[in-house]
Amino acid sequence: MSEQHVVITLTEIGKDFPDPANPKGAPRPALHSISAGIRTGVITGLVGPDGAGKSTMIRLMAGLLKPTRGTVRTLGMDPIGEAEALRHRIGYMPQKFGLYEDLSVQENLNLYADLRGVLGEERRVSFARLLEFTALQRFTERRAGRLSGGMKQKLGLACALLGQPRVLLLDEPGVGVDPISRRELWKMVEDLARSGLAVLWSTAYLDEAELCDEVLLLNEGQLLFDGPPKSLTDKVKARCMHVFGIEGNRRQVLKRALDQDEVMDGVIQGRNVRILLRDSEKHPDLARLGAGPDAGIRNVAPHFEDGFIDILGGGPGGESVLAERLTQIPLDGAVVIEAQHLTKQFGDFTATDDVTFKVTRGEIFGLLGPNGAGKSTTFKMMCGLLTPTSGTAMVAGYDLKRSGSAARQQLGYMAQKFSLYSTLSVRQNLDFFSGVYGLYGAKQRAAVEEMTEVFNLAQFLDAAPDTLPLGYRQRLALACAIMHEPSILFLDEPTSGVDPVTRREFWTHINGIVEKGVTVMVTTHFMDEAEYCDRIGLVSAGELIATGTPDDLKEMVAGGTRDDPTMEDAFILLVQQHAEERARTAKAA
Amino acid sequence: MTTPEASQNEPRLPGTGGVRGFMRRLHALCWKETLQTVRDPSSVLIAFILPVVMIFIFGFAINLDSTRINIGLVLEDNGVEAQRFASSLEGSPYLNLKRGTRKEMERAMMDERVRGFVIVMQDFSKRLEHPGEVTAVQVVTDGTEPNIAVFVENYARGAWQSWLGQRSLARGEEMPPDIQMEARYWFNPAAESRNYIIPGSITIIMTVIGALFTSLVVAREWERGTMEALLATPVTRTELLLSKLLPYYVLGILSLLLCVAVSVFVLSVPYRGSIVMLVAVSSLFLLSALGVGLLLSTLLRNQFNAAQAALNAAFLPAMMLSGFIYEIASMPHFLQIVTYILPARYFVTSIQTLFQAGDILSLLWRDMLYLFLAGAFFIGLSFYHTKRRLDD
Amino acid sequence: MFHRIRTLIIKELQTLLRDPEGRRFLILPVLMQLCLFPFVTMEVRHNTLGIMNHDDGPISAELIQRFSQARAFEKVVWIKSEHELKETVEQQKALLVLRFPSDFSRTLEAGKSPSLQVVLDGRRSTTGQVAMGYIADILQDYSMERAQARGAVTAGSPPLTSLVVRHWFNPNLDFTWYILPSLVAIITTIGALIVTSLSIAREREQGTFDQLLVSPLTPGMIMLGKAIPAIIISMSQGTVIFLAAVFVYQVPFSGSVFLLYGSMFFYMLSLVGFGLFISSICSSQQQAFLGTFSFMMPAMLLSGYSAPIDNMPQWLQTLTWFNPLRHFIVISKDVFLKNIDVYTVAMHVWPLLVITAITMSMAAFIFRYRLG
Repeated sequence: MSEQHVVITLTEIGKDFPDPANPKGAPRPALHSISAGIRTGVITGLVGPDGAGKSTMIRLMAGLLKPTRGTVRTLGMDPIGEAEALRHRIGYMPQKFGLYEDLSVQENLNLYADLRGVLGEERRVSFARLLEFTALQRFTERRAGRLSGGMKQKLGLACALLGQPRVLLLDEPGVGVDPISRRELWKMVEDLARSGLAVLWSTAYLDEAELCDEVLLLNEGQLLFDGPPKSLTDKVKARCMHVFGIEGNRRQVLKRALDQDEVMDGVIQGRNVRILLRDSEKHPDLARLGAGPDAGIRNVAPHFEDGFIDILGGGPGGESVLAERLTQIPLDGAVVIEAQHLTKQFGDFTATDDVTFKVTRGEIFGLLGPNGAGKSTTFKMMCGLLTPTSGTAMVAGYDLKRSGSAARQQLGYMAQKFSLYSTLSVRQNLDFFSGVYGLYGAKQRAAVEEMTEVFNLAQFLDAAPDTLPLGYRQRLALACAIMHEPSILFLDEPTSGVDPVTRREFWTHINGIVEKGVTVMVTTHFMDEAEYCDRIGLVSAGELIATGTPDDLKEMVAGGTRDDPTMEDAFILLVQQHAEERARTAKAA
Repeated sequence: MTTPEASQNEPRLPGTGGVRGFMRRLHALCWKETLQTVRDPSSVLIAFILPVVMIFIFGFAINLDSTRINIGLVLEDNGVEAQRFASSLEGSPYLNLKRGTRKEMERAMMDERVRGFVIVMQDFSKRLEHPGEVTAVQVVTDGTEPNIAVFVENYARGAWQSWLGQRSLARGEEMPPDIQMEARYWFNPAAESRNYIIPGSITIIMTVIGALFTSLVVAREWERGTMEALLATPVTRTELLLSKLLPYYVLGILSLLLCVAVSVFVLSVPYRGSIVMLVAVSSLFLLSALGVGLLLSTLLRNQFNAAQAALNAAFLPAMMLSGFIYEIASMPHFLQIVTYILPARYFVTSIQTLFQAGDILSLLWRDMLYLFLAGAFFIGLSFYHTKRRLDD
Repeated sequence: MFHRIRTLIIKELQTLLRDPEGRRFLILPVLMQLCLFPFVTMEVRHNTLGIMNHDDGPISAELIQRFSQARAFEKVVWIKSEHELKETVEQQKALLVLRFPSDFSRTLEAGKSPSLQVVLDGRRSTTGQVAMGYIADILQDYSMERAQARGAVTAGSPPLTSLVVRHWFNPNLDFTWYILPSLVAIITTIGALIVTSLSIAREREQGTFDQLLVSPLTPGMIMLGKAIPAIIISMSQGTVIFLAAVFVYQVPFSGSVFLLYGSMFFYMLSLVGFGLFISSICSSQQQAFLGTFSFMMPAMLLSGYSAPIDNMPQWLQTLTWFNPLRHFIVISKDVFLKNIDVYTVAMHVWPLLVITAITMSMAAFIFRYRLG
């Protein structure tokens, strides 16, 4: 590793923005007094949930925002006062890539090369190097808008690298990129860092943090941690445990585990329950967990997320107040969601090809797959947003094509970005969604009141949903989806960008709801979300390539050097195997 | 680890500042803008399809020369003179005559089937034979549309006078001396309203596309996140602003020439000015139109609000207050003052002059000066409001 | 079902009215147009009259005196040379120039008909024509007066005939009586269209449209939920204009309020049909805005307000039949001024129903198609 310089220093910086709920009132701080340094030669991860202040911090370093308090020095310069000189030396990739979708790959490169003054021989060499580096040589004529998410990110990176910047600021490069492309992108950035660049990589995925050399952990505008990720995980090293060999219902085990004083946090991981202890010496009483006679406890490797939770003081309890209020639906083992040979074509393109699966009552079924693999097309057909070209989608015993309205009354739906009405207040949203599902009068009022109480929304009733803290927005979205007590719940990437505590709270509710007999179907590309599922359908290139429990999928790829594959390993390998197979059959034919 | 200052000693990168850097970046930005425009179907729609459709609609829809009006004739008298008067009415090229009873015509006017009717009363012919008697022909118009009512009155009067003249001639009577009016329409001998409506409508079209374009392009950069990427490069405020003006200026001139070509070759409106003056005046007007749009979109930064504001601040005033259909001199004084700040007002007179009267420099210079000032004002204001940071 | 639709309506109204900027966009343009448009007319007033008098007789002086008192003219400019004439007309310093030949008074006094040359600016020929009509009236009155003064009625001379003109429903041809009832139709058009077409596009962009589609609402309910608020909003805007017309601008309202509002309802319905149709083919607010504009601009030009429909080529007249604005302008104006009966209103309303049926079913078809 080459010599390391601190090239960006932040001294006691703070940034305020006008309060959207009250533009004339006191501004809301987005960052509180943060001091940190970014070094060359390493990847510094800027980690935190959405709204933590990551983008604000990057923009301050790039001179796109002026700090309210404190000073920023990037490459020794004041990013505002010496902006012109600085802009030649930093590469910045904003969240939405900064690419012109109507322009081809080459044209985008030309534009940024001209703007950054990369000319003549240097230009030729840079283009050749960057195109090779990003493996985009074959696509130079393709419009940026038609590239896949991963390729867009690589092109954005290439554009940011023109002119040989000393500092590379990447704002959430991992968003909208499937794990395979994400690994490639990471490899590229790592090489850059090793060559002596200072790289800042911001992310809401905590698993990415573990790969970074240095981490700045942000939450609600506060810097919670600054240092190598290992020093954070080391703190919880001895406290991460798996409860294995569980007999019976692991959701019940998790719930009971979370109620134990010794347990700080817990999640479901396939057939095991993963817990974080308050004290490495004090194990919970296995008998009280009701995990069965063969159950045991063993130490497992800590994750960055455990450290985060530890700083935050632990996760929420295991009890879902929401679920308690729902009426029990008898678990009769009936098939409530069924896809029969679902096929969807858009012109010549087959988005979903002959997909068949069944989900029984009280199950959590996850659809997992790379971007553009057809997972969201399948999902949309199952909840009636798209009509299949052929095949049938059955929900709660109804064919969606014939009796959509009756079937939809049984559904709850929570969209990716919590699609609530930003133009309505929280109360108006609750009234609206309950009204649309046919609640009115006293019943409606009772339901709204109940949700307000369960999710503790009373203080926000008159605010606009956009101004709510992320966690509350998530609760509101769930409240709107569940108010009419649906028997089936559709969740589209429900917790992306959410902090781990909120995510746990969310899954506590989902687990509770499922125990009450509600069936849940979820799409996700979060591996730890996939672990909560009873069964997973892995979608790739429009086909359902594997179905099974999370552990089944992991076992499919186990063996050789991988004796304990992660969900992500399973995902990547299965998708790659499938792609190779397709290539072989294509060649043979 | 060394101090951050170490990095300051690096050599400057090649080709950064100076005129060459400016030209290179401007060229790159303009080229990007051009490619985007050519590839975006909505800009093609705005630049070429909308103007042509609009000019055809204006050309065909707005005809103020009242070619033919439906009117009723109630002939209660069957005498010779009554018949003669009726045929004089029928002979008018401007009137479509429907005969019927008084009741029928009243009903028809209620239903808008006729715009008025002429009543020749029972003893009209008989009375005419008795010198000294007073007879009258009554004209009833539908006053709910005052313009048309005036036309009905004028045409009926014309027919009535020509009947009087023929009658006098036939009877060898001497007409009382009468003052004859000889009208000369300069520049537009046939007094065809389309000859000035169509050139005037080019003003409206240019206002609309100028406003729509700029409101679209700046907002698009913000919404797609590309503005942020641009701001992080060495691009300057001037380059940014010019790159939003020049390509759309060229596009605007092209669509203007298209409009002029359609007017001249398809709609047969005579054009008497020179191309040089046309381009000169239009350039100044386009800059002010683009300036207004740019200012709105820079201030609002949101496509929807910018477009809606552009509609209210550009299209409607241009339509109503530029003097292209509605005479400015006839407006109340407070409105006349408002029209002085509208660039469209000056362009309407210049382009109508160019089409019909030719290069009347004394008038064009004055308009060009106003347009230049308006353009400079709006562009200057947008320059002032163009941000180089996200929060200033 | 009733409760669900009510929920949708309340949501839509809250969306439109909760945000102060949205409220401003609903009412400010209405007020602005209400303050400006009634003064923008085809009437000719306050113009400048150019006089080029080569005659030194009394008659031209008398006539000039009369012309300068006409309402159409506010100012008189005196022109002495051909050069000045050219400059005056070219630079639009006068609307028209009257040129009295040197023998004007003498010819008339000799019992012959002199001619008066009128030079008009072809760039404003319509205004010029109207002004020339005023001049002709003045000349005719003058001739009559002269004839009467000389006791022209003698045995053997022709009987006196005259043309008696009556303007029904608007005796003084007051333009505001025409403009305000038309504005009831024109201004509300914008509101109704924007509310329907853009609100759907906005829901699409924000993802809430999917929320509606996965709920048990049927497409019909969703469409009603968009239609009714738009009608409520635009009819309230119409009410503002109606009240201003009657109480501020003092336009006499002779017809039935019930008929006006009844037909306004059907008019709004037909606009909502167009709005839904536009939003069914657009996926972004920008497209919806372009679509709305592309509909609204021709609709206004082809409504008969700016130029009479009778003057358009036949094929275009046929096309205007599909323009709801054309029908409602007539209804509003005629209910205001002519007190038309229910049958006459019905005659203008049925095309609106046909238009609604066509656009609504097309919108429904495309919505379904896009789902599939």
